[in-house]
Amino acid sequence: MIEVDNLTKRFGILEVLKGISLAVEKGRVVSLIGASGSGKSTLLQCINGLEPVQAGSIRVDGTQVNDPRTDLNKLRQKIGIVFQQYNAFPHLTALENVALAPRIVKGLPKKEAAALAVQELAHFGLDSKANAYPSQLSGGQQQRLALARALAMQPRYLLLDEITSALDPSLVQEVLDSLRMLRKDGMTMLIVTHEIRFAREISDQVAFFASGKICEFGPPEQVIGKPQNDLTKLFLAAVK
Amino acid sequence: MNDYVFQWGVVWRAFPALMSGAALTLQITFLSMALGFVIAVPLALMRQSRGVLFAVGSGWVHIGRNTPCLFQIYVAYFGLTAFGINLSSYVATLLALTFNNASYLSENLRGAISSVPVQQSSAARSLGMTRAQTFIRIIFPQALAFAWFPITNTVMVAMLNSSLGMVVGLQELSGTAAFESSKSFRTFEFFAITALIYYVVAKFLLGLSWVGFRKISRNPAR
Repeated sequence: MIEVDNLTKRFGILEVLKGISLAVEKGRVVSLIGASGSGKSTLLQCINGLEPVQAGSIRVDGTQVNDPRTDLNKLRQKIGIVFQQYNAFPHLTALENVALAPRIVKGLPKKEAAALAVQELAHFGLDSKANAYPSQLSGGQQQRLALARALAMQPRYLLLDEITSALDPSLVQEVLDSLRMLRKDGMTMLIVTHEIRFAREISDQVAFFASGKICEFGPPEQVIGKPQNDLTKLFLAAVK
Repeated sequence: MNDYVFQWGVVWRAFPALMSGAALTLQITFLSMALGFVIAVPLALMRQSRGVLFAVGSGWVHIGRNTPCLFQIYVAYFGLTAFGINLSSYVATLLALTFNNASYLSENLRGAISSVPVQQSSAARSLGMTRAQTFIRIIFPQALAFAWFPITNTVMVAMLNSSLGMVVGLQELSGTAAFESSKSFRTFEFFAITALIYYVVAKFLLGLSWVGFRKISRNPAR
């Protein structure tokens, strides 16, 4: 379970997160929607310990992320994250991209790591691309590669940071299909997205962000279907 | 000047000596580059840190790049004797060139390291890699490819700089040419041929660099 409690994050004097509280239970899919700059992506970076926070707490399975005694490298193995810009390692083949972390972080023997990578690539429809370099893959393929790379660490949670925003419209569906598949597999996901229809379809809960706060939280039928908050209404009207 | 008759025979007879001089030039270039590189990596990292490490790294780079290589060789050969350290001309030249190369190489690397997108580091860390693993597996290989041709440039300058070893009596290519030409006073001929040999050696190094680049950058898009 991911528990965020009264979290404050500042970049200098700019307060990006103003007392965020949010819980993601195991097996659930929660989407974060809202305008760019409202703090959604920052929250994901904080949960992963990539960004330090100033106040409040983040707990993942009871381990506090923002505690200097926490071994973040170990904790991060539990939390996969995929970014908007794919961030494939350009100097490694698709197979090496996926196999590297299981091998050097988890200490899997080379053969086992490669077998695991083949399996994950196949899972995301990239079996024929194992020896291709990221530059030889389309955006959609690179993003599926990033998913395979994150999943190869067998994380308990997956954080997805606008993973379709940089894609050609024609490539968005193949990545969304991958997420539908992950949901079926029971993966716990926290999704930052601008695909409102998709968020409504896949989420158990939706949080609407505005200027560093969660303005509305609840099941998608409520937050997206019958929003109560004026800001939520305004945002949804603008993106429809 | 118009009556000058070129005589190439003396150069030809001294050719084996010039060749062994060229071999020494290559040797000292390779050694000073290899040692310089080993020092340049931590120097580049120190320059990105803070406090004492930054000061030491920056001091090295600033002195190395902003004083003449000739001066650095003099310091190694004559200057250190004030501290009771007597180095042979070979060791003094090697030391000074290593010092000089390390400072240029670290700047080549520092620029390349900072041109690797910061998201590469986030991606690696989010998979649980340590800072060291991230640097060694993800950042450094990409930075090395970016820095490859600037480094090649540094290698070629270092090779030409090794000719300064002659001022402390090192019998590398230039030193040999000076010594051999002084026997016959056929300076023009000797230095014309010597320049040609430098040219060939430089081209050879450039060729090696291309071969090396194909090896390190397996990514076909580069």
